[in-house]
Amino acid sequence: MSGFQYAVLIPIIPFLMFLLIGLVGHKMKPALAGLIGTTGLFISTVLSYITAYQYFFVSGKVDGVYQKIIAFNTVWLQLTDKLHIDMGVMIDPISVMMLIVVTTVSLMVHIYSNGYMKGERGFQRFFAFLGLFSFSMLGLVLATNIFQMYIFWELVGVSSFLLISFYYDKPSAVAAGKKAFIVTRFADLGFLIGILLLSYFTQTFDFVTLTSPGCPAIAQAAGVTFMGASVVTIALVLMFMGGAGKSAMFPLHIWLPDAMEGPTPVSALIHAATMVVAGVFLVARLFPIFALTSPDALTIVAYVGGFTSLFAAVIACTQNDIKRVLAYSTISQIGYMMLALGVSGYGGHDGLGFMAGNFHLFTHAMFKALLFLGAGSIIHAVHSNLMTEMGGLRKYLPITHITFLIACLTIAGVPFLSGFFSKDEILTAAYHHDKILFFVEYAVAGLTAFYMFRLYFNVFWGEDRHYHHTPHESPLIMTLPLMFLAFASIFAGYIPFSELVTSDGAAFEAHIEMPIAAASVGIGLLGIFVAWFMYMKPKDAPAKMATMFKHVYKWSYNKFYMDEVYLFVTKKIIFNYISKPVAWFDRHVVDATMNGFAWATNYASYHIRELQSGQLQKYAFVFISGVLVLVLSFVYFFMN
Amino acid sequence: MEITVNHLMFGLFAAMIMVFSILTVTTRRILRAATFLLLVLVATAGLYFMLNYQFMAGVQLTLYAGGIVVLIIFSILLTSHISQKFEPVGWKKAYFSALASIAGAILCITTILQHKFQATTEAAKEIDMKLIGNSMLSTDRDGYALPFEVISVLLLAAMIGAIVVAKRKKLKE
Amino acid sequence: MLNAGIPMEAFLVVSTLMFFAGVYGFLTRRNLITILMSVELILNSVNINFLVFNRFLYPDKLQGHFFSLFIIAIAAAEAAVAIAIIINIYRHFNTINVEDVDKMRY
Repeated sequence: MSGFQYAVLIPIIPFLMFLLIGLVGHKMKPALAGLIGTTGLFISTVLSYITAYQYFFVSGKVDGVYQKIIAFNTVWLQLTDKLHIDMGVMIDPISVMMLIVVTTVSLMVHIYSNGYMKGERGFQRFFAFLGLFSFSMLGLVLATNIFQMYIFWELVGVSSFLLISFYYDKPSAVAAGKKAFIVTRFADLGFLIGILLLSYFTQTFDFVTLTSPGCPAIAQAAGVTFMGASVVTIALVLMFMGGAGKSAMFPLHIWLPDAMEGPTPVSALIHAATMVVAGVFLVARLFPIFALTSPDALTIVAYVGGFTSLFAAVIACTQNDIKRVLAYSTISQIGYMMLALGVSGYGGHDGLGFMAGNFHLFTHAMFKALLFLGAGSIIHAVHSNLMTEMGGLRKYLPITHITFLIACLTIAGVPFLSGFFSKDEILTAAYHHDKILFFVEYAVAGLTAFYMFRLYFNVFWGEDRHYHHTPHESPLIMTLPLMFLAFASIFAGYIPFSELVTSDGAAFEAHIEMPIAAASVGIGLLGIFVAWFMYMKPKDAPAKMATMFKHVYKWSYNKFYMDEVYLFVTKKIIFNYISKPVAWFDRHVVDATMNGFAWATNYASYHIRELQSGQLQKYAFVFISGVLVLVLSFVYFFMN
Repeated sequence: MEITVNHLMFGLFAAMIMVFSILTVTTRRILRAATFLLLVLVATAGLYFMLNYQFMAGVQLTLYAGGIVVLIIFSILLTSHISQKFEPVGWKKAYFSALASIAGAILCITTILQHKFQATTEAAKEIDMKLIGNSMLSTDRDGYALPFEVISVLLLAAMIGAIVVAKRKKLKE
Repeated sequence: MLNAGIPMEAFLVVSTLMFFAGVYGFLTRRNLITILMSVELILNSVNINFLVFNRFLYPDKLQGHFFSLFIIAIAAAEAAVAIAIIINIYRHFNTINVEDVDKMRY
């Protein structure tokens, strides 16, 4: 067939590792479990790179266009003649790109966790869950149809839940896990309804059919309108709701900051680099339908992305917990990607936004994983998450410091690092599509630089704090991934994405537009300078700023009270006016009926049992009376 | 209607049976109850004589009166104090039991008296010991070899069972 | 014939009264041995019935005769087993009062 059959091994191997470590891991030494998990993922990674090489440079192209290749497919559930759910492996530019991202970051996290999680209780369990997550995520990106994607989509949700509440004896971690699960599950409801709608009208789940331009099924479905919008648009918006939940878009973002309760490598893997971009991947996967059939849905994507990125960037400026800063930064950057997809057109240079979004996804995965792993290294050294308890760490953590700095520069968009290229493409695409969104993103670029360097200066410069013990650099097994990711962050920008990952598979010429590039670099540098001015110079500058913009600061510090709004809506309104009556009905009507039956049975039995008194003569008396009654009735009824 | 010796004999036996049956179940001394039972059984044997079933009457006397009553008296001596008097029966229990018994008796007696019995017209057969013995071991149409064997096995089983049940169990450590 | 002139119903009434005397004893007596005696009364009244029917209705047959013969045998067996059980109960509970032997209640 296509020669990519071995790609099916890429998700299977982590799954086998999960089974192995999950079932017999507790009997292994922790180090052995870690080694097994890491080795398994290493094989997957090597296979991914081979796949990528073969696909991009050897056999993926036909007439200059990258093809969608079904490497493996099997019918799993036959619903009707036409409608069936398959399990398979699809190779196309974005799935190959995601393969690289997922396996690379996952491998780095595996290696890093060997050091970071050392001596933790549940070390083997941790590696088992990492394997499960890698399997689910790889299955998700390789899915051949929406339903397979949905299955793996839920599986990543489960593994995310398991890993967030990894410290299950900590109430906050348990609460965070539940929150993440419930919020994303709620969003996935939209996804499921979207899938059902789309498949009902198109009679297929298959990506290849759905995403081929001018697909007759889609065109037919687009003709059906419901409440003034075509069903395709409605389906796509609902699916985007699922994507927004997974990718923490406003207003479903509230679970991601709390998800930082999980171990830091998990945050790096799941909540920064891979799972949270699943929403972006979903939109990218269905991009031809979005772009060709329902531009309205795409506009919604763009605006939700743009608003989220600004919103999260503002919050990130005031947070004190370094992982939370990074979490909001992640939300902001995913908003960027969504926006990039939203402003894109289909085919050729119009597809710049699509390319840029995927490009940014790729580079962001590298530098955000690096930031999180760096943060993990810092937390490992200081035993605290709070910025106020850190300072002057550059002397103690030289490698972490350098790699963290590289990541900060990259995300700030300093020229010739990878973030610069991808962010610049997004800004260019936005500029040509929608000026409002362009300025929003422009502002976000400045804010990003500001909050990242605020973090950087606070942590690595400034005065020493009182540490429980002198902070020390992490072991090599933890710094090695940092170095690799730093390397990737620097050079990932030179990958010619416009030739590899494009909306229609054909290469196009992307070039940097100098005015926009200069402006974005300018605002990035300005952000860095402001951060330097505020946090390196006199001590009271931040406090002054805080009092000057008291309300803004307060709102931002409290995350615009989004959690409170949710609490209000759920606790005050839904709980009081819907759940409570339902609960009352359940308890007093449904349960009470059943309890009544039970009580009546119990009561009757209790009294009936008195009949079985063990008194032989009572039995005999009843027997004889019964016989008499029977005989009398026979005489009465039959003898006349 | 002329009163013959038959009537007198029947009246005697019937009266004995009725009186002593009731005394058997109402007396408050257990050994007296056994004695009254013996008298009832003897009177019953008298009825059998009146029916011309001499063999049955003999069996009744030897097996019932001689065997079972002696067995009962032995067990009374094993388990009870002879001088002991039973407590009187509670009035409620006595009342309801008597009610049930009397109602049953009235029901049965009225039914018996109302029913017209049809006697066969065949010639009566004199049942002597020889006939009984032959029938019991015969395998012909009117033979009773099979029930006889079954009863034998039953008696054996009852004997073994009684021994096993009544045997004192060894105390376990 | 010794039974000449005596109606069959008279025998049946006697046996019925004997039967219900036995029933009354079964229902009221507390001592297991007296209950056993009541059972013997009941069996005996049945015997009388069989023989009376045989004599008055089917004098040419033997069924009633043999039936009562077997009943006597069974009554003997039953008495033996019952007394064995009573003695065992006496050992176990140290009483043969039927009201005290109620371990098999609910």
